[in-house]
Amino acid sequence: MSQQTSPPGGSGPLPATGQGSASGSVRQTGPSPGKGSGPAFLGHMGRVRNLGLFVVLVLLCVVGALTSGNFATRQNALVILSSAAVIGVITIGQTFVIIGGGIDLSVGAIVALASVWCTTVATQSYGLGGMIVCALAVGAVVGLINGLIISYGNIVAFIVTIAMMASARGLAERISDRQSQVVTVDSFNSIASTKWLGIPLLVYILAVAVVLGWVLLNRTTFGRRTFAIGGNQEAARLAGLDVRRHTLVLYVLSGLCCGIAAVMLTARTTSGASNLGNLYELDSIAAVIIGGTLLTGGRGSLIGSILGVLVFTTITNIFVLNNLTTDIQQIAKGLIIVAAVLIQRRGRRTAAP
Amino acid sequence: MDKRGLGGMDRRRLLFSGAALGGGAMIAGCTSNKSDASTDDVKAASKAGTDNDKPGKQVTIGFSAPAADHGWMAAITKNAMAQAKQYSDVHFEAVEGTNDVNAQISQVQTLIGKKVDVLVILPFDGKALTSVAQQAMDAGIPVINVDRVFDTPLAYRTWIGGDNFGMGLNAGLYIGRTLKAKGVSSPVIGEIAGIDNLELTKQRSAGFKKGLAKYGFRVGIRQAADFTADSGQQVMSNVLQARSHLDAVWNHDDDQGIGVEAAIKQAGRDEFFMVGGAGSKHAMTEIKADSSVLKATVVYPTNMSAAAIKLARLIAQHKGMGDLVGEDLPSSLTLFSATVTKENVDQYLPGAFS
Repeated sequence: MSQQTSPPGGSGPLPATGQGSASGSVRQTGPSPGKGSGPAFLGHMGRVRNLGLFVVLVLLCVVGALTSGNFATRQNALVILSSAAVIGVITIGQTFVIIGGGIDLSVGAIVALASVWCTTVATQSYGLGGMIVCALAVGAVVGLINGLIISYGNIVAFIVTIAMMASARGLAERISDRQSQVVTVDSFNSIASTKWLGIPLLVYILAVAVVLGWVLLNRTTFGRRTFAIGGNQEAARLAGLDVRRHTLVLYVLSGLCCGIAAVMLTARTTSGASNLGNLYELDSIAAVIIGGTLLTGGRGSLIGSILGVLVFTTITNIFVLNNLTTDIQQIAKGLIIVAAVLIQRRGRRTAAP
Repeated sequence: MDKRGLGGMDRRRLLFSGAALGGGAMIAGCTSNKSDASTDDVKAASKAGTDNDKPGKQVTIGFSAPAADHGWMAAITKNAMAQAKQYSDVHFEAVEGTNDVNAQISQVQTLIGKKVDVLVILPFDGKALTSVAQQAMDAGIPVINVDRVFDTPLAYRTWIGGDNFGMGLNAGLYIGRTLKAKGVSSPVIGEIAGIDNLELTKQRSAGFKKGLAKYGFRVGIRQAADFTADSGQQVMSNVLQARSHLDAVWNHDDDQGIGVEAAIKQAGRDEFFMVGGAGSKHAMTEIKADSSVLKATVVYPTNMSAAAIKLARLIAQHKGMGDLVGEDLPSSLTLFSATVTKENVDQYLPGAFS
């Protein structure tokens, strides 16, 4: 699993988590270890980051394979991964923003706006390249506006992005006149149907985004600054970091991820519409949270977020394979989310100093 | 990767935001959607053969409907406006569409306060809007209830709406008939429903079941999406995994159908045929071209709002319906859900919503 680089020393009261603290004796604050195998087992899971979530995912796969003969196939695995691709890319941006101490509630609306803008008759006349550039630029610019207002206007991220959620979707409705805009550029639609070596292009896009995101977060100064600012903004500022500019870039990054996701989603549905990406902000935030990232920022894991997304898409897949009704799906989804968070936290509590 | 100091980061960041801004400026001109002149408005409005359409007493019609955030609902509002414009003796007072029942209640109250002559209401939720509609009736303002029905007949003078049960029934009958003709004995039939907790979805599914039962068939897999293309794509891609062979699929809504069809194309499946719902222009164009698995759609008419405006005007002017016998308008009108196939698509295409 991912080995977390510890945050920059001295920039804030950030406890090193995961394997870093697992050397030798692990100090325990929770119930004392060794009494019964259950807690001890859970305790071990906390030493390797995200193992709890990984166990949940494996359990889900076992359930899927046992309940449906169609689950454990290569093709079904690719369907799950393709479904996870769109929300996965959004969740990468969301993870950066939340680790940096913010939140982006406008992701679903940005996806809708970018999908609508890049599928207007005028944009489609520019062909594949024009449409992609348009979607990415819309995403980045909306993220830039979010970032500018949050960092230089000094307004809470929650309020700014909720306002953007309303106005971006409103603008999407205005541009599209609330109609579905069907994509007639075949090369654009083929983004969703192209396969290389039997694997859909969408899955490659997700994989590349995850790798780039992981390196950026865990192996660069930019990543370490993100942890530092999210952990303690004041300490980070005193340490000489330009908190405002860094926060701004985080929202641009999130917007850009939404732009990429919009391209993927638009190709997948072969249409742009103002109601696309509905409630994606909740899906992405839920994935980030069950992935073990603190909602208050400063600590978190990108791999955890992606595992969270995979847990969600796998649940949906298993439900449909077994033809369960929507009400049962929702009840079970809620229970699984709580169970996943409990297992994650149980593991972390025993591992954290 | 990036191990440089602040300076390096700065320059890159500056370049990046510069590029983003430039891109934004470049695409600002790309919001235009005007490919063909919009003549839809005129098509939906109609002129009757009686002299009821001759200008009469000046009347004010109040109109309230949910937010036009969906192709069908957008067409409803548009068609109502277009119809009202046809009459020189109608003053049309439309309030902003909303999906918040609370807001819609206050809007209807505002219209009552303005003392309009007659109200046309398509409630977001029939039950929630019943009491305010009754207030209007009590104040002497006749209410035309469109589609989503109020709880009590005390709340409306006339109800006009679609037939959700009939829509499912006709989809089921078409699928049953087609499979019977093909000689399929125990078919696997899929159903992609709309939002599951809506009354209309339950009625559509009940009708579908009934239609299939006539041929001794039943639904093999049923999953609900939420009327959007992305939910349709998501649900259908999983359904296709659940059943490696399908014979027929009914998808409740043509807007979500865009995503459903995309999923089918992406999975490379074509062993079954599909029937749509609502009757969008896109769906009908595909049926006409016969280029995909979509072979038919069951219409849920959008011109009912235009009809409601005509009825409202007649009520306010105290006239009966010309083509019916009698002095008064009927208290309820259920519209037919036609099955549109390649054979009759030309007849319905002009009235389809986009």
